[in-house]
Amino acid sequence: MTTPSIVTLERFRDTSAAELAARAKQLRLEILDVISHAPMGHYSSSLSCAEILATLYKHVLRLRAGDPAWADRDRFLLGKGHVAVALWPLFAELGFFPADWLKTFGSLDSKLTDHPDMHRAPGVDFSSGSLGHNLSVGLGMALAAKRRGFDHRMYVLLGDGEIHEGQVWEAAMAAGHYKADNLVAIVDANGSCADGPTESVMSIEPLVDRFSSFGWHCVEVDGHDTAALMQAFKQASESPGKPFCVVARTLKGKGISFMEASPREWHLGALMGEDLVRAKQEIEEAGQ
Amino acid sequence: MSGMSDPFSFNAGAVESSYVGNLGEAFRFYGAQDEDVLLISPDLGGGPVTGPFIQSFPDRFIDAGIAEGNAMSIAAGMACYGYKVFVLQMGAFGAIKCAEQIRTDIAFTKTPVRILSAWSGLAMGFFGTSHHAVEDIAITRAIPGLTVFAPADDNAATAMLKLTEQADGPVFIRLTDANINPVYEAPPKLELGRFGLVREGCDATIIGTGLGAQLAVGAADELAKEGLSIRVLDAYSLKPLDEEAIRAAAAETGAILTVEEHIVSGGLGTAVGEVLARNRSGIPFSILGLPDETLTVGMPDELYAHYGLTVANTAQRMRELLPSR
Repeated sequence: MTTPSIVTLERFRDTSAAELAARAKQLRLEILDVISHAPMGHYSSSLSCAEILATLYKHVLRLRAGDPAWADRDRFLLGKGHVAVALWPLFAELGFFPADWLKTFGSLDSKLTDHPDMHRAPGVDFSSGSLGHNLSVGLGMALAAKRRGFDHRMYVLLGDGEIHEGQVWEAAMAAGHYKADNLVAIVDANGSCADGPTESVMSIEPLVDRFSSFGWHCVEVDGHDTAALMQAFKQASESPGKPFCVVARTLKGKGISFMEASPREWHLGALMGEDLVRAKQEIEEAGQ
Repeated sequence: MSGMSDPFSFNAGAVESSYVGNLGEAFRFYGAQDEDVLLISPDLGGGPVTGPFIQSFPDRFIDAGIAEGNAMSIAAGMACYGYKVFVLQMGAFGAIKCAEQIRTDIAFTKTPVRILSAWSGLAMGFFGTSHHAVEDIAITRAIPGLTVFAPADDNAATAMLKLTEQADGPVFIRLTDANINPVYEAPPKLELGRFGLVREGCDATIIGTGLGAQLAVGAADELAKEGLSIRVLDAYSLKPLDEEAIRAAAAETGAILTVEEHIVSGGLGTAVGEVLARNRSGIPFSILGLPDETLTVGMPDELYAHYGLTVANTAQRMRELLPSR
């Protein structure tokens, strides 16, 4: 293992939508690989946000590769903490920890947990695991950064089921009230909860109207379209006076047909044998 | 009832409120020394505990509105930027409503948030059973990584502001509103993980926390008139607990009574009992606290009398614990 070089990565660094799409595709394969080391993992909700995470970590966020605790980084908080498995390959690539840590996912006392722990894995800006808390924490960071005179930006990824939690709306209300324009919420609107389609479990729509009515700028995009995501995040960075929400319409289980068909069955599971081969094959062949 | 014009002097006309003393000024002074001190509160900031701070530093007060959980999590985020964030909560809606935010966002993450839990115990008993805060020691003691303090009076609370800096992580401060029998004439010297030795004695020990320490001092003074030498320990640091002081009290005085404005399950008495059991101290031991039941309502002084949280009853319970002489 060589010492990772420390490289500052500026915001909106040069890349293309196609490169980000390719990275998302690669991330899907890595998610399967990382989970394969564990007894189980959260598949379908990780797959829905692959483009969102790839776009943030490869394009949007100001980071320093090899230096996860760099004080001037932008912060990312994973409200839907159960998809930490989708962060670990991106963090390894950024040199936040050695790539061979990925093989420890799911093992006793691993630093790479199913839900992210800021005191275990370098690169986690705040722990999560209990849904509904991290938008509030991100707001606290946003207010604190402004108070310090830092230009840091906070990004919080929420699940659409997560926003059933009342605290999300307490935070949304407060962020609007305090005009936290350095705070960006992304809703991974994959339309599915553990009990079924989100709209049938507990209706959350119309999402854009709801966030807008709480004093947010809110746009809706195809969450698997990296060009649209790039544009939305750019717009978010250029919209003063209000917090910004990106409602990313996604598909739970995206990229693997049998998970797309029954996302609930693959919310938590263990891919094995022929299923694993077929899943990898489908991801590799997608978009070709 | 003169104080009732101040909506935060809930005890006016009944028990004198501790908060009319120096704590508010001390908090303002503490804030004046360090511009990183911030205050977040769910629509409760303007009262006697934090009002003076807000008057002096209005831009360092973040009102979270009536959203306690959100206030806790925002505080955690702000503490990540090095701020010394205090959250003022009403006792009844602090530990019990926000137990998860305190555990997951503050204690597990080791963010050094300071929670001021005001109007604890029966201080708001007039307002209904919803307003009792009598389970919070049990809840907060069970959270790893959280330091739990309970000052005995206004002077102790004042001294405690600075003490929070000794803790490696977040601190929950259970403020008593009662000012029946103040323990300290001036801000005392306090130490993390220690009890205060308020009265030396050799016949028995009363360990009190918050109002309990006030009652312990009063009872010891009363019992002294009967020739009894009662040691009084002020359990202002509930977590970490001063196990050494408990062991010494057991060995040197032979009987222990604990007193707290909290239900008898999971509070100070439970904590002391655990230490005695671990150390096989088969000494006479009793817990004076509130019964494990849905409590009745009333003004604090009426409730204290109703449930025996009085100097006289503390003294009586101590007598009952001692071998007849």
